[in-house]
Amino acid sequence: MAKIHKTGVLLAGLLTAGMSSAALAGGPVDEKLVIDEELEIITRTAAPEGHPLDEVISGWHYRTKETRELEADSFQNPGMLYVERGEEIWNTVEGDAGKSCASCHGDGEEFLKGIGANYPKWNADANKPFNLELQVNQCREANMQAEPYKFDAADQKALVTYIKHQSIGMPVEIDLTQGEMQEWWKKGEETYYTRTGQLNLACATCHEDYNGNYIRADHLSQGNVNGFPTYRLKQSAMVSLHNRFRGCIRDTRAEFPAAFSDELMALEVYVTWRGTGLSVETPAVRQ
Amino acid sequence: MAAPKPRVKVPKKASKGEVVTLKTLISHPMESGQRKDKQGNPIPRKIINKFTCEYNGQVVFSCDMDPAVSANPYLEFTAKVEDSGTFKFTWVDDDGSVYTTEKKLAVE
Repeated sequence: MAKIHKTGVLLAGLLTAGMSSAALAGGPVDEKLVIDEELEIITRTAAPEGHPLDEVISGWHYRTKETRELEADSFQNPGMLYVERGEEIWNTVEGDAGKSCASCHGDGEEFLKGIGANYPKWNADANKPFNLELQVNQCREANMQAEPYKFDAADQKALVTYIKHQSIGMPVEIDLTQGEMQEWWKKGEETYYTRTGQLNLACATCHEDYNGNYIRADHLSQGNVNGFPTYRLKQSAMVSLHNRFRGCIRDTRAEFPAAFSDELMALEVYVTWRGTGLSVETPAVRQ
Repeated sequence: MAAPKPRVKVPKKASKGEVVTLKTLISHPMESGQRKDKQGNPIPRKIINKFTCEYNGQVVFSCDMDPAVSANPYLEFTAKVEDSGTFKFTWVDDDGSVYTTEKKLAVE
């Protein structure tokens, strides 16, 4: 396997030598993301200790000029429609307790600042890491006495987009010292490097070994998750992280785990850590 | 998503005779009518088929839209302004619904 990998790198090197840089548009472009000409986004940074790569790079660098521009203008970014919808949900009373998110937490823009950048987080009561979706559902059940959202319900995606957006520009940093986060991180790492499906691919095959290269007509990124939920032009809608995980695993032609299952929660912990230091970009725009 | 919601971006001020850039975006699924649901039945077409922008009652930009236009259509265009006034933006849906919004502009 290592041998194949080296040949691939060598081949890519030969191509670079012989072709113009435009022909290898799959690699990360050397540009800066500044949203609305004022908010500087960290899209490249030194990798955290123990990371297999030297530098972590946001998926933004791997997209076309047109897609990158969409994200750089918050008015054009279609994901902002969902941020607005999320704000409505934040302030809407639901459930038997007669409460909205705002009833307890107050103004979302104030309360939520930085929160999205630190998830997933250890939840001692549940004895597992919680992402924002699980946290919201727990809050809905326990405090609002409302129905928890079903996976990928439109309102769930909009609310999580809104919550995460309040941390836009802030660097991703999760706390691995709490509870059993280390064990979950380790479990996620195992999943990341385990080959699966009829195509026998691990996450690492594409996103670690071959990022910057083409997979058929598409560009492989490092697979960082700092922009989730992401507006994907392909779906013309917000795409949640666990939807994306499942899509990727499906494409290896494997059985894919349920959303928020232990396996995918561990993967979320690990993959989020891999993007440590990148700014939250939610709602990022991707192909 | 909930009911289509328009967003527009218009400068607050401009000088006489200036060409201003207007940006519009509306949340809408733009269902093309060419897709099928899980049971194999066609999903009926539902798109915004017409957009108009008027300034003080005079049309400055309008267009028809067809099924190939993507969801949440974004339109950007320019208008030359001589006097202060109000831009009125109108989107017409296949089902007959009309979504409108207005923005004022001061010409100095």
